Amino acid sequence: MSHLRLHCGFVPLVDSAPMIVARELGFAQEEGIDLVLVKMPSWSALRDSLVLGQTEAAHMLSPVPVAMSLGLGGLPTRIDALMVLSVNGNVIGVSGALAATMRKGGWTGSFHDPVGTGQHMIRATDRHLRVGVPYPFSMHAELLYLWLGALGLSTPGELDVRTVPPPHMPDVMAAGEIDAFCVGEPWGSTAVENAGAELVLPGAAIWSFAPEKVLAARHGWVEENPEAVGRLMRCLAQAAKWLSDRDNRAMAGEILSREEYLNIPNRIIDRALMGRIVTTARGLQAEAPNLLHFNAKAANFPWRSQGAWIASQIARRLGLDRKAAMEVGKACFRSDLYRTNLGKLGIDMPGASEKVEGSLDHAEAVASTRGSLVLGPDRFFDGSVFDPSPDQRPV
Amino acid sequence: MNVMPMAPKLKIAVVEKDVDRSRLIVDGLCAAGDFDITVLGDEATISRRLASIEPDVVLIDVANPSRDALEALSIASGATERPVAMFVDQSDDETTRAAIEAGMSAYVVDGLSPSRIKPVLDAAIARFHMVSQMRSELAAVKSALAERKTIDRAKGLLMQARGVSEDEAYALLRKTAMDQGRKVVDVAQALVTAADLLK
Repeated sequence: MSHLRLHCGFVPLVDSAPMIVARELGFAQEEGIDLVLVKMPSWSALRDSLVLGQTEAAHMLSPVPVAMSLGLGGLPTRIDALMVLSVNGNVIGVSGALAATMRKGGWTGSFHDPVGTGQHMIRATDRHLRVGVPYPFSMHAELLYLWLGALGLSTPGELDVRTVPPPHMPDVMAAGEIDAFCVGEPWGSTAVENAGAELVLPGAAIWSFAPEKVLAARHGWVEENPEAVGRLMRCLAQAAKWLSDRDNRAMAGEILSREEYLNIPNRIIDRALMGRIVTTARGLQAEAPNLLHFNAKAANFPWRSQGAWIASQIARRLGLDRKAAMEVGKACFRSDLYRTNLGKLGIDMPGASEKVEGSLDHAEAVASTRGSLVLGPDRFFDGSVFDPSPDQRPV
Repeated sequence: MNVMPMAPKLKIAVVEKDVDRSRLIVDGLCAAGDFDITVLGDEATISRRLASIEPDVVLIDVANPSRDALEALSIASGATERPVAMFVDQSDDETTRAAIEAGMSAYVVDGLSPSRIKPVLDAAIARFHMVSQMRSELAAVKSALAERKTIDRAKGLLMQARGVSEDEAYALLRKTAMDQGRKVVDVAQALVTAADLLK
């Protein structure tokens, strides 16, 4: 197999693990790829380097390809989401001061109660809550708006949203600039250690199956380089599968902790990888088995309906044509390429490429090419469902 | 005599906390035209300051983490606010590329004519080139200094352990490096590390 050098941008996060593992454990090499990973200081920098061809692919927030294809932010470019690299993985945390006020108001400190915790959070502040999110187009922002919106806040209008790159979230909280954040690990746990933050909710408690990061590439490059795209997708699928084995995760934590990647002690990285979150500096622990998925339940499959959901949320907020936006969102999530390129690996493919998001309360067997596929749960905390078919009216 | 109506001075904000670098950029801009320039050094308050300044152009290092906050500002602008910020001029790919190569990103208020922005961007790009050159030179000097320190320590260790002169110690380091196909500094570093462990 001929040698192929590919540059991939990433932001230091636990969920950048598939790319790092693909390189470090030789999955990329097996596909004949010399995978060069480029650490980025911000999501804007990652996006620009992708658009300008300094990198061929990127570990990207799932809403960014949709936003860019809609012409929003930066240089409008058609970007494809080739596969989902991780599902869930975010945590919501509050400052020590806000946690104390919430406790005085009767909050019990539960890590799994979106309704109670959200209500206490809203009640505990008499001005607009200052919330840090990593990027305007991010699952973090979407989950936050969905959650506090369903609890009666007008979002984002009644929030003071601050954009902070993930590695800076702990510092910004320590400086007293924000009351709360929604961020990817290990930066929430780092804020617990270094900034007196308290983690109050996993993102998965708001939407139990949220596509978090995707493998992104320029649409034009994807069309011109089908061979490279196939190889890249296959090596990342192998890395994702390796990561799904919990026995491998301690080793993954060790690799991620290296200076060139996250540069964070692996005991902090392991919390997200093992689903055991330490919520306060005093060491309170919470089990969070659904915190982060790399491969389980067809996590890597880029559902057209996920792209449509993201587009629908953005369109509603910015006043765009919702139906047209949903078509753009669906086109971004390349389930067609996923089938073509990964079918050869013997991966069980779902029969359909879109689903009604939020409809599965429990794990359920579904129609698939090999008959062994289990999906769900994929509930939204408020019980809402999202039907991606174009003739559905918004609820 | 015809008096042309004067367009108001362009308001430019430069986001850079290093004083030397920001001075270099501002000097370059001043030489290119008459502008109203503000330097923002404190990154935590950028969003607030920019909202009050309402600049026409924002210049910022590509690698500056505060860029994501600028992105948010540009998207948040609703119909009632000034349409803010697009990334350089969308019709001019070449300038965009040159800017990125120089390590600069520029946010320009929508609707400004390219002829007014071009001189600003050209001057700024030239200056960002100088800044990044300065930065890499500084890094090179620093690492050269660190290398010399390591080699000096290794020489000292050899002189002490084997009773040789300074020149002989260096010759020994160099020969070992050549034999092993490594750099002198790597051999020196290995020796220093080993000596520290044996202490």
